[in-house]
Amino acid sequence: MSLSILAQTPLLTEQIPTPVVSWPALLPLIVMALGGLLLLTFASLFGRRVGTPFFTWWTVMTGLIAFGTAVPLWAQVQGWDRRVLWWNPEQTPAGAFSTVGGAFGIDGFSVLLTMLIALAVAVCALVMAGTSERDGERHVEGPALLILSATGAMVMVGANDLIVLFLGLEVLSLAVYVLAAMNLRRVQSQEAGLKYFVLGAFSSAFFLYGIALVYGGTGSTSLVNITGFLADNLLLGSSSVLVLLGIALMVAGLAFKVAAVPFHSWSPDVYDGAPTSSVAFMASVVKIAAFAGMVRVLVVGFDTFAADWRPILQVLAVLSLVGGALVALVQTNVKRLLAYSSISHAGFILLGVEAASDTGTRAVLVYLVAYTFLVIGSFAVVSIVGRSGDGMHSLDSYRGLGRVSPALAGTFTILLLAQAGVPFTSGFYAKFYAVIAAVDAQSAWLAVVAMLSAVIAAYLYLRLVVTMWFVAPGDQTPAPGLPIPATTGVALVVCVAVTLFIGITPGPLTSVVDEAPPVVVEPPVEQVADAPGLDGLPPGLLDALGGGGAGGQDPLTVDPGGAGTPAGGAP
Amino acid sequence: MVELLWLVPALPLAGFVILVLAGRRMGEPAAGWIATLMVTASFVVSCVAFVGLVGLEDHVFVQTLFTWIPAGDFLVDIGLYLDPLSGVMILFITGISALIHLYSIGYMHGDANFSKFFIYLNLFVFSMLVLVLGDNLLLTFLGWEGVGACSYFLISFWFTKPANASAGKKAFVTNRIGDWGFLVGIFMVFFTFGSLNYSDFLPEAGGLAQTTATFIAVMLFIGAIGKSAQLPLSVWLPDAMAGPTPVSALIHAATMVTAGVYLLSRINPIIAVSADWVPMLIAWTGAITALLAATVAVAQNDIKKVLAYSTVEMLGFMFMGVGIGAYWTAIFLMVVHAFFKALLFLCAGSVIHGMHENQDMRVMGGLRVLMPVTFLAYLAGWFSLAGIPPFSGFFGKDEVLTYAFQENKALWVVGVIAAFLTAVYIGRQAFMVFFGEERWPQYIARLGTATPAMVEATAAADEAAIAAEEAADEGGFDEVDDVEFHPVPEGFRPHESPWLMTLPLVVLAVLSVVGGLLNLPFPKSMHYLEKWLEPVFEGSAVKLELSSGTIVGLLVFSTVVALIGTAFAAAVWLRGRIDARRFQPALFVNAWYYDSALSRFVAGPGTDAFESTASFDRTVIDGAVNGVGGVATRAGQALRQTQSGYVRRYALGIGIGSLLILAFMFTRVVG
Repeated sequence: MSLSILAQTPLLTEQIPTPVVSWPALLPLIVMALGGLLLLTFASLFGRRVGTPFFTWWTVMTGLIAFGTAVPLWAQVQGWDRRVLWWNPEQTPAGAFSTVGGAFGIDGFSVLLTMLIALAVAVCALVMAGTSERDGERHVEGPALLILSATGAMVMVGANDLIVLFLGLEVLSLAVYVLAAMNLRRVQSQEAGLKYFVLGAFSSAFFLYGIALVYGGTGSTSLVNITGFLADNLLLGSSSVLVLLGIALMVAGLAFKVAAVPFHSWSPDVYDGAPTSSVAFMASVVKIAAFAGMVRVLVVGFDTFAADWRPILQVLAVLSLVGGALVALVQTNVKRLLAYSSISHAGFILLGVEAASDTGTRAVLVYLVAYTFLVIGSFAVVSIVGRSGDGMHSLDSYRGLGRVSPALAGTFTILLLAQAGVPFTSGFYAKFYAVIAAVDAQSAWLAVVAMLSAVIAAYLYLRLVVTMWFVAPGDQTPAPGLPIPATTGVALVVCVAVTLFIGITPGPLTSVVDEAPPVVVEPPVEQVADAPGLDGLPPGLLDALGGGGAGGQDPLTVDPGGAGTPAGGAP
Repeated sequence: MVELLWLVPALPLAGFVILVLAGRRMGEPAAGWIATLMVTASFVVSCVAFVGLVGLEDHVFVQTLFTWIPAGDFLVDIGLYLDPLSGVMILFITGISALIHLYSIGYMHGDANFSKFFIYLNLFVFSMLVLVLGDNLLLTFLGWEGVGACSYFLISFWFTKPANASAGKKAFVTNRIGDWGFLVGIFMVFFTFGSLNYSDFLPEAGGLAQTTATFIAVMLFIGAIGKSAQLPLSVWLPDAMAGPTPVSALIHAATMVTAGVYLLSRINPIIAVSADWVPMLIAWTGAITALLAATVAVAQNDIKKVLAYSTVEMLGFMFMGVGIGAYWTAIFLMVVHAFFKALLFLCAGSVIHGMHENQDMRVMGGLRVLMPVTFLAYLAGWFSLAGIPPFSGFFGKDEVLTYAFQENKALWVVGVIAAFLTAVYIGRQAFMVFFGEERWPQYIARLGTATPAMVEATAAADEAAIAAEEAADEGGFDEVDDVEFHPVPEGFRPHESPWLMTLPLVVLAVLSVVGGLLNLPFPKSMHYLEKWLEPVFEGSAVKLELSSGTIVGLLVFSTVVALIGTAFAAAVWLRGRIDARRFQPALFVNAWYYDSALSRFVAGPGTDAFESTASFDRTVIDGAVNGVGGVATRAGQALRQTQSGYVRRYALGIGIGSLLILAFMFTRVVG
């Protein structure tokens, strides 16, 4: 089915071009959006009767189903020759494609990250269930906001249009602001939510203004058209000013979301104040989406300007790497410490983006996969040690944890060592490929800085490990028999298993990542040919609706096959 | 059939995982049975794969499981490489492991860490199989480190005793030196060939420059002497006997210590193109190690120490075989040695078990009546090691000596002397333990029996008492005697071990008797092993060109040497015709003072050297590190000040950052 059927309704007297939509391609998004909305509906109807276990189950299932619906997309993009679920290779052409008139891209990059986000939501929901059960906060908003926020993230990873990217960013962010302020008993939580909101709105304005400037410079917000325009027109001197300033502002906006120095200052305060389970989500999914946006905009969309934006990213990377590691050294609060360490991780991922190459993008993907599970697992441990009320986060709470709860301390040790980049953990390969990407991109000096900062950062992770194992328990250490909620336990097992699996055999991950390059594909060619009347329309409107998309005059010729037709086409 | 190969290492790994997860809950003896079952299954699969390999035309099977480390040009696969050499290795490794697992169920009975022991054993078998089956040097190195780690854990298994813990440390430190050589060798191979896969670089070894080949061969040789306890890295193996006896049998006699021989055999094409002195170095290292270890073995009183030095000696023979280019004889000796040395260790374990944990041969005697099964099994091991035909050890050792006779007469002379000493020391052990009068009643009479409560308390005092007694008794040379006497309960009599322990003894005894059939010297058609291994060593192995008469003469000569040695041992230690002390000079008792000289060096000039290094480390390196750390911390403190908590400050930061980026972009526009 296609939206273009709507064009047949007699009420529409004027012909408005409606983009052709490949619904199967949007299924993960639809599952997530519906899952969130239905959860709210259920909760408002039967909230008293169902309770937290149901919310958690629902959220995990939504994540897993979204993951499942992404599998046939992966099969289609990769061009597997076997039928996978509802994807049939004989009916649909293989390869990356774009839909909704080219506004949304389905390529290996977006499908892989969609899957990662879906899994992250499931794991985060498990962590959240553990703390809300313990603290007696049985509201539905947490799980529902997780799902809705992740929907925004999924929009961002596939966005082929700057406006769509912005929409995803806002859907993602608005939900996260609320998640940060969720703990009603801690005033710091509300402070965190407000700070995040004010600064987030501030930086969104930069981002949006950047989009406007780019539109002014290229005449489009669609990456398809922008890349086409830049390929046809050589922008020199003053003619490039709008585009360059637009890129600058978009970089600033995205750098805020990934918490790169000097746009990072919100993150320690917000990580510290927000509920720990929300932080696990913020630190993972928000960064996945923001880095995906960065790769799409800079590496794919504006690769012709790489020489201009690479120096900016280099500076951001160095500041984040060194600044994050240095300030983390003097922290005595574990949540703040992890906040700064995640700033340092962002520096590493920036190395991959900065490389502006296939190797670099692969490094970004490997790092994102490894880091997602590392950071969720780490904050899951923190959420347990924080105990009832989620307030015990000083380093003293970890004194002698190895004696009180060896399992928890052991898990945390593995995750921390992985964050430090110790071999046989996923962190090692993540850092390894990032450094390789920097060297390949002729920025060996960046690689040196990265490795030095990794040494500094290793100290702070080891300090935590030493505190847990070689220091006698103090009066803030949890009492023996610290309960580990079952759901959080499952999440931890998953995180540690992934960390070790990737660390021991990175082969499977890298072979997947090798098949997941981001590409911008034009919408199917025959539809452009079928819409001769669209030339007169202003390009912006066309882009927003799906530039060069299908006309509504003759839906039968545009959409002959019913479900899932408009797909395929090589770049 | 051969496709099942991956199961060979996978089964012990599965056993390891099961035991880690549920071993403690299973407890005794279920955990032991699971471990035994997995290794036995692995042995069965090995047999199947081996039969499959025989059916293949070129006798090589490579099974790539998955890509392990993909990093640009540096690509390492997890792959298994089954060829005649690794085929023989997996057969005897899994076979002997299965028997020793079974034995351990009886031996470790009642140990508090019963399931942990089998966790380590299964992990060990897995690592050992990775070592021999790995299709590239890195995988071999991984297995190499894995078996090493298991070995340290198991040496220190009863870590509450400080001696055991320090023995583990000693093994660890010594092996680090060897591992350094191995690693350098691996890097060199990668830089030279661009690949670590055996099937890639071994066929190309012929085109190697001589200096490169020499360097690689020497580095890997350093790795090999560390693992196989050859001079000068031999000190750790005798101390490693602190571990439970099945461990000594499996790891420190039959399998792990032969890894060095395997490694050198594997890289034989590289040794073939290296400088001439490299094989000579290997052969002479082996010969000298064999000779020294044999002399030391003659003077030991600990039943396991004798066998430990004997293992060092036999490994020396294998190195000799490798060095003179008779690779297949080294493998042959490795296999039969695995049979009879595992057997001897298990017999020793059975004796120790029966003697209430006492290991001092001087308190034994006359046990052949009380432990008949153990004694009969021991006989097979004894005659094998002594080199008496037709036991398997005779054929194994003699092939090495025959080739040595052809290649280098001096090596042959050293080998024959060592062989003579072998017959002497193992005869001495046999007579002291199983023959003669029962000496343990005297010791009990002298030291008294102990009630269980006394056992702990008096252990140390008893030791001192024994040392004092003996110092008085035997005049001086016993100052280093460290064989501990365990007080025994009232009414003590040595007893035979349970069937779980004697069954493996019987199987190994049979193998020790018939093991020679693998490769009989006559007729030529019986050279099964040599023919089977031929393709592996093609181009680098020497051919035997001696006339049949010479070979027969050498065989007869060896037999006579072995018989004289045994008779000599009987005369001294059974009949007492000659004073035994004349053959146990302090030099031999103290293992040529090598260990203590090393300790003294480490304690004296070594410590000074370490001290100065340490002070350099403290002042310069630590100073630099602490300085950097201090600067980093101060920088962190300073940067922290920017984190005021005010939103307006943060917004200002974001604004200034954006402005700077914009300004930069302006410069791009203008420029």
